[in-house]
Amino acid sequence: MNALVEFQDVNLSYGAQKVLDDVNLSIAPGEIVTIVGPNGSGKSSLLRALIGALKPASGQINRASGLRIGYVPQKLHIDPTLPMTVRRFLSLPLKIIDAEAAQALQRAGVYDLGPRQMSLLSGGQFQRVLLARALLHKPQLLLLDEATQGLDQPGSAAFYRHIEKVRDELNCAVLMISHELHVVMSASDRVICLNGHVCCEGKPDVVASAPEYRALFGTGTGGALALYRHDHDHAHGDGCDHDHTHDPVNEAAD
Amino acid sequence: MLDSFLVRAALAGLGVALAAAPLGCFVVWRRMAYFGDATAHASILGVALALSFNMSVFAGVLVVALIMATTVSTLSGRGYAMDTLLGVLAHSAIAFGLVAVSFLEGVRIDLMAYLFGDILAVGRVDLAVIWGGALLVLALVGWRWQQLLTATVSPDLAHASGIDPKREQLILTIALAVVVAVAIKVVGVLLIAALLIIPAAAARPLSQTPERMAAIAAGIGAASAIGGLQLAYAFDTPAGPTIVCVAAAVFALTSLFSLIRD
Repeated sequence: MNALVEFQDVNLSYGAQKVLDDVNLSIAPGEIVTIVGPNGSGKSSLLRALIGALKPASGQINRASGLRIGYVPQKLHIDPTLPMTVRRFLSLPLKIIDAEAAQALQRAGVYDLGPRQMSLLSGGQFQRVLLARALLHKPQLLLLDEATQGLDQPGSAAFYRHIEKVRDELNCAVLMISHELHVVMSASDRVICLNGHVCCEGKPDVVASAPEYRALFGTGTGGALALYRHDHDHAHGDGCDHDHTHDPVNEAAD
Repeated sequence: MLDSFLVRAALAGLGVALAAAPLGCFVVWRRMAYFGDATAHASILGVALALSFNMSVFAGVLVVALIMATTVSTLSGRGYAMDTLLGVLAHSAIAFGLVAVSFLEGVRIDLMAYLFGDILAVGRVDLAVIWGGALLVLALVGWRWQQLLTATVSPDLAHASGIDPKREQLILTIALAVVVAVAIKVVGVLLIAALLIIPAAAARPLSQTPERMAAIAAGIGAASAIGGLQLAYAFDTPAGPTIVCVAAAVFALTSLFSLIRD
């Protein structure tokens, strides 16, 4: 199957600061990929390079032609001088009819927000509206930048179940950035650990069945969360210092 | 009908107000108020150049305003804060313009007419230029409306939808230069930014959507132009500043309205 997006030896810098270092990755249709990594590891830059907002210094980013991307940014500030109802926001940049807007808001669980001003929404409502908008035109690739930030564990679990349902309905690929290093969405087909370069890549361990993990995460998460074991099989030079441990179970149990 | 200087003045004011309204909204939303100022101030240099090379003032102003606007666009985000950059460029441009004008021997020019406008002296050709420019700007902004709005809300969302925010910024910049060039006759260099920003700001408390804000700003701009002209005629005051005064009064009223409502 042809990849939706392919990074080939992508290097990216802000001035002298190197952000992405020879990154190679590809996203296949329909798969769920989670990117984890410490702060400043280039996760958001990778997404912004993917949508074309950042130009790589070298290397290539190939997108499938006509790729429809649904993008949910980490933060979005709408200036209060710009009057913008939720309904109007959903029609950017492509106009949609009222029935489509109502359905999208219904599905996101915020059916009554249509006439509200974007600048007056709470953080959670805002995030749901952003997701509703990103899903409007049946994206082939859904990009989520730290979408569970500020959510507690049951909240994250509910969000992940929602994303899994969305994936099953639309059959879109999902590329998700997570600020959690070890606890990821269990439905992830792959987890990529990024720290400038791709450190390691693998499948998350499913925790749903293991009682000791369930006790760790509480019972409200319903198997939506999984642990990711970082398996670093390469040596790092002096310039690369990981500030996270690779022993997740012990760390989580502390 | 066009024989009356008052009718010509009213039509000129209307044309500028209609073009300035949607553009002024973007200037407000994108926090580009000083950008409008810098472009306008640079146009005095355009006047000087036009007079010394014997070309039309409109063309001279348009060229300088375009150069100024693209310079600011290019330099922004490269080490200087936007307000510093605009402060340097806007004031240097007006200073160079004033010095350049002083070199123009033998040409008697009424500097005040360019600083504060001379709407009562608008001729048929001026009227054609103003309405031509205004319709061009309205067409440009109307054509790119959805893209401009998306890029204003978030450059990243624009990128993800396949819109290049830099290109949209350039379109706004060009539209701004055209409005400055046609408005110089009506309100003059010093008050063009006022005509852009005040009607848009006055429309904000009455608006729930961007389109409504642009439409109300156009209404307020048009009413200010007509009302300002009538007042200027009745009290024998300078027309351009009087138009801006009326717009400012409307702004005070709508701000008061939003204070009382909340």
